[in-house]
Amino acid sequence: MPEPMMNLHVMAAAIPEIYLTAAICVVLLFEAFVGSKRPGATGTLTLLMLVIGAAVTVAFADVPQRMVLFDGNYIADPLAYVLKLAAFLAVAVSLLYSRAYLQSRDILKGEYYVLALSALLGIFVLISANSLLTVYLGVELLALSVYAMVAFDRESGVAAEAAMKYFVLGAIASGMLLYGMSIIYGLTGTLNLDGIAVALSAPHNLGVILGLTFVVVAVAFKMGAVPFHMWLPDVYEGAPTSVTLFIGTAPKIAYFALALRLLTHGLAGVKVDWTAMLTPLAVLTLVIGNTVAIAQSNLKRMLAYSTIANVGFILLGFIAGTASGYTAALYYTLVYILVALGSFGVIILASRKGFEADRLEDYKGLYRRDPLLALAMAMLMFSTAGVPPFVGFWAKLRIFQALWETHHLWLVVIAAATSVVGAFYYLRVVKLMYFDEAPETLPATAGSFGVRLALGLNAAAVFVLGVLPAPLLDLCTRVMH
Amino acid sequence: MRPTGEVEAVLVQILFYLFATLLVAGALGVITARNPVYSVLFLVFSFVNSAAIWLLVEAEFLAIVLVLVYVGAVMVLFLFVVMMLDINLAELKRGFTRFAWLGWLTALAVIVEIVGVIWQHGLGGVDVSRGFVSEPANYSNTLELGQVLYTRYAYPFELAAVLLVVAIVAAIALTLRRRPGQKVQDVSRQVAVRADERLRVVKVAAEKRP
Repeated sequence: MPEPMMNLHVMAAAIPEIYLTAAICVVLLFEAFVGSKRPGATGTLTLLMLVIGAAVTVAFADVPQRMVLFDGNYIADPLAYVLKLAAFLAVAVSLLYSRAYLQSRDILKGEYYVLALSALLGIFVLISANSLLTVYLGVELLALSVYAMVAFDRESGVAAEAAMKYFVLGAIASGMLLYGMSIIYGLTGTLNLDGIAVALSAPHNLGVILGLTFVVVAVAFKMGAVPFHMWLPDVYEGAPTSVTLFIGTAPKIAYFALALRLLTHGLAGVKVDWTAMLTPLAVLTLVIGNTVAIAQSNLKRMLAYSTIANVGFILLGFIAGTASGYTAALYYTLVYILVALGSFGVIILASRKGFEADRLEDYKGLYRRDPLLALAMAMLMFSTAGVPPFVGFWAKLRIFQALWETHHLWLVVIAAATSVVGAFYYLRVVKLMYFDEAPETLPATAGSFGVRLALGLNAAAVFVLGVLPAPLLDLCTRVMH
Repeated sequence: MRPTGEVEAVLVQILFYLFATLLVAGALGVITARNPVYSVLFLVFSFVNSAAIWLLVEAEFLAIVLVLVYVGAVMVLFLFVVMMLDINLAELKRGFTRFAWLGWLTALAVIVEIVGVIWQHGLGGVDVSRGFVSEPANYSNTLELGQVLYTRYAYPFELAAVLLVVAIVAAIALTLRRRPGQKVQDVSRQVAVRADERLRVVKVAAEKRP
């Protein structure tokens, strides 16, 4: 056994994880000693920690090329760097939006922030996973934190039900993942993704496909692809909106990374097989996600089905199977997170103490009550629908391009057709906000100046990135090559 | 005794299939038993059998830990919890059996697929008939584990530790309730208490019995 190299120079690339682990301990201790006397202070500290973390990541983790640390368990590359910064941003923004919401529902507790940070650590572990062992630990770290966050509002029966469903189905998915991993490990003799890639580049045995099937099922479950999507609408609807905002954004980065590291790197040798498995999943996901969303009267549930539909698009990037396809999938994921942050943020701002603005009819005439919020929501909805000049248009276009280059004509047709169907329910929200009369009983919207400013910037980013798509696109292209 | 000859190899194989069969039977028992207490006992049985299989492949440390930690501690605790929960079984089972056929059908399909793949293509690559390489008698797999746990696997090991912290935080956040007016003991106050806080001597004027 070679002596493991563990010195500060080598560990510098792993600073984000090390810092975050320390931050979890600091926040936990702060909550224990100070938090109970000053409610809300822990939240401020957490946001500060996230900002420092992002700065530390920029200073130390910006590696010029691929580095493998910790005896092959950890990988640092430009992609991981960008994804980690995006995750920092997504978590910070979602915690910023949800603060007033947590306070008004009496669940503003320090543990919420500790769990959010540990979920972020799980996301980081997944982003930088280079062995089956770290992939599994990342999945569990993220999932365990999120289950607890969904159940965080103990007074709510719906939230408890959602958490229970999520927990049981998540456990089954973890079991699937472990089963698949054990078969792959048994047949290749290594846990390391580089090692597995080498073993599978030689003529390999077909038992690997068996393991691959379980892995694909687990990945599809985590991403929420049809027919493994059943948990998603229930969890999105049942969880407190601040938690829906959280689980609808940053974890998507992790699951994108999970699919990328496992399928396109470790299991690249069986690409033909996983492409064949993902294709029907993606088609089903696009069709069912977009059509079922039309029938929803609950906005959170509708956005859940919209998430499912968007996952279909991300899967299409993987099906294209080229560098430009993966770039498109990365771009789509980042754009989707930006839009999801804004849309769930609007729901949070439209809600008040004792009133959840989660039904579509709660948005009738929002324009007259709060023009700014309505404008932000309209921009976000236009973006998700893929209307130019908003950024969602470019994301969809890139996916179409990648599919076109690889001659997946019929997939382009299906994706375009389902997008048109999808445009209906996004634009319906705009119609409700601008052209319908508001019922008298609806309460005013909430939000401090800072939060409203952040949401405004969020919506503005959707527009600015749509007018100037080049910087983000170039960044995605650079880190994927 | 370490198997050296042909007879011992056959004996090990027989033992493996015996324990493997019992393990699968136990696992089936876990999910089919009507009473949750029986399910837990079946799970204990499965753990003991997998520990036996680990012993056969000379992973003594893991086998002992499995029995000590899982059977000895975790499952006993589990048994307590299951016995303390007041579950109405009939209520629980009513919706369950309605979809049981779907579960069996899925399980059957998966089994057929697995057997089909192995049947058609074999396990290639992996020579299952060869078995494990035997280590010398003084070989210590505890030492071996200790050598890699904090070096090669330091990163996953630390992550597992964080995972446990998260589990504790989550469990406490979800279950600890501080209700106002709840009657709880404050140990530090109990210890720090002085006699005059507890005992008040009241002077009562003596009176004659009427």
